[in-house]
Amino acid sequence: MMTTSHTSPLETARFGSFGGGFIPETLVQPLRELADAYLSLQADPGFLEELGELLSRFAGRPTPLCRADRLGQALGRRIYLKREDLLHGGAHKLNNTLGQALIASRMGKSRLIAETGAGQHGVATAIVGAKLGFETQIYMGEVDIERQKMNVYRMELLGAEVIPVRSGSRTLKDAINEAMRDWAGSYETTHYLLGTAAGPYPYPAMVRDLQSVIGQEARSQIMEQEGRLPDSIVACVGGGSNAMGIFAPFLSDPTRLIAVEAGGRGPGQTGRTADNGASLAFGSKGVLHGAMTKILQDPFGQILESYSVAAGLDYPGVGPQLAHLAETGRVLTRLASDAQAVRGFRYLSQAEGIIPALESAHAVGYALEEPQQLGDLCIINVSGRGDKDLHTVMEYEGC
Amino acid sequence: MRVADAFSSGPALIVYLCMGDPDIKTTIEAARRVIAAGADLLELGLPHSDPIADGPVIQAAAQRAIAAGMDTDRYFQAAGKIEGIPKVFMGYYNMVFQRGVERFAADCAASGISGLIVPDLPPEEANPLMQACKRYDLDLIFLVAPNTPQQRAEEIAAMSSGFVYLVSRSGVTGARKEVLDSTRELIARVPAVRPRAVGFGISTPDQAAQMVAAGAEGVIVGSACVDLVGQGRLDKLEELVMGMKKEMIKVAPKR
Repeated sequence: MMTTSHTSPLETARFGSFGGGFIPETLVQPLRELADAYLSLQADPGFLEELGELLSRFAGRPTPLCRADRLGQALGRRIYLKREDLLHGGAHKLNNTLGQALIASRMGKSRLIAETGAGQHGVATAIVGAKLGFETQIYMGEVDIERQKMNVYRMELLGAEVIPVRSGSRTLKDAINEAMRDWAGSYETTHYLLGTAAGPYPYPAMVRDLQSVIGQEARSQIMEQEGRLPDSIVACVGGGSNAMGIFAPFLSDPTRLIAVEAGGRGPGQTGRTADNGASLAFGSKGVLHGAMTKILQDPFGQILESYSVAAGLDYPGVGPQLAHLAETGRVLTRLASDAQAVRGFRYLSQAEGIIPALESAHAVGYALEEPQQLGDLCIINVSGRGDKDLHTVMEYEGC
Repeated sequence: MRVADAFSSGPALIVYLCMGDPDIKTTIEAARRVIAAGADLLELGLPHSDPIADGPVIQAAAQRAIAAGMDTDRYFQAAGKIEGIPKVFMGYYNMVFQRGVERFAADCAASGISGLIVPDLPPEEANPLMQACKRYDLDLIFLVAPNTPQQRAEEIAAMSSGFVYLVSRSGVTGARKEVLDSTRELIARVPAVRPRAVGFGISTPDQAAQMVAAGAEGVIVGSACVDLVGQGRLDKLEELVMGMKKEMIKVAPKR
């Protein structure tokens, strides 16, 4: 193994046998600089104060932990909802984009690039680009642009440029490829603002840490309201940023952590597309977007496209730390199908007056299926709001 | 045949072809012509669905090849049929990892491939493959980029075997008009403990000659060739390779 004078220890790049940095040499140095900046800013009071102030006064933190009485009654237990749907932008994504944009600005970068699938991370990046004064460009697959016209307009309204990706399957995974290619040529002026706790080191750790404000708040809120830790926490998983965000502060506790993946249409495959987005349940070990993780792939290692009714869960990989925690059994992985997610979507709307994002509706849908797994006291992470999904649900239900 | 043989009689011209684009027959014919035109080493690309280090030309070629049914089994069958100069594998790590590093190395050796270039496998992640390569007497070729710090560049040059791949510029593969000054700097600062071949963005005889004049022991041409194969212009491909080789020899240091 080669020796290096670099300060950030390579051990932190691994989660068991997952993670690492499977990246072209051109990206090695930019990623190390990012890791160094992040590690030093983590303990920088000025940085933390600035981030804290943006999170509270601009983004609206803390978000409430709200008791769901009617849902709880129906399931025969106490259920709380962590309300990330109330964060500015309508989802948890802003926790990450605010943090990374501040890091980028401390590193002297003037331009942000990001990938987006459904558009939520693109919108959250466009928001911080506008707020903090970056030139912002968002890579988005041509197929997704067609499916998510409203979010494309939102990004443009916020001053970002949306660049259509025409390579590969023209969806999220190709948008990530294209952003990485851009960054390999633009790192001197540009920060690549990856949207989930996946990719090469330091992204999985950095995005987890920036999102862990969700779990830190939830922990103190449940202690204040119930005087004890929850028996379980349920979160949906695409790449895994909302799940790692709420799970991370509970990893050493006895709380059962349940990650709900997109079961889609089932466990099979249609052509070169998996019928689901469940890399933990149905994937195998492999390298995607710079990390060793669990991925949906063919026997030769070509990456499959994924499928889910929820665009935010439509990703053929998953963050490496979740892959590790699932392998060790610390995190339980479960599925919610399209139909179960839509049931959760309607149920939470009618029982609690909250229209959840279709992604978050997977967590609700799972809870409705297996309430006995939740224990007496459970927190469900409502990672986003569902306004963006009305059209999808109407189509799904044949309206 | 060893990778080192390609560098034994003057500056080496290394040609990349995407296996199976648009079909295996064409790749084998393109390889035959490239060898006849004077290429010294072939880089045979195994197409991947997510080639993050490649620009639009090689991405499109990979997509065509995958759509036409190229896979790892067929890759090795076809590679075995190409003879005349040393051959190296070029492809992404997940394709190697899924087959298993041991089996992959064995298949390389069995099909006459004598080295591997894996552009998304920096030395930190390379230990399992490096061990397998040693067992099958294969070269594992690492890359140095313009932004690689000096100490790391020296370490990579030392651990690379066969040759060391100098990435001429930041960004992805694909033809560029200018061969940057940074490439000259890179050639100057990477120690010649083994042959140094420059790739990424080199598409003309003149650029190839400039690299040799700047001290490179080899020049890698990829997208320009893949583009011509994609257009079905194998005659032009032959002409390009011949032209590059001719200009490289003109400026080569006398031995």
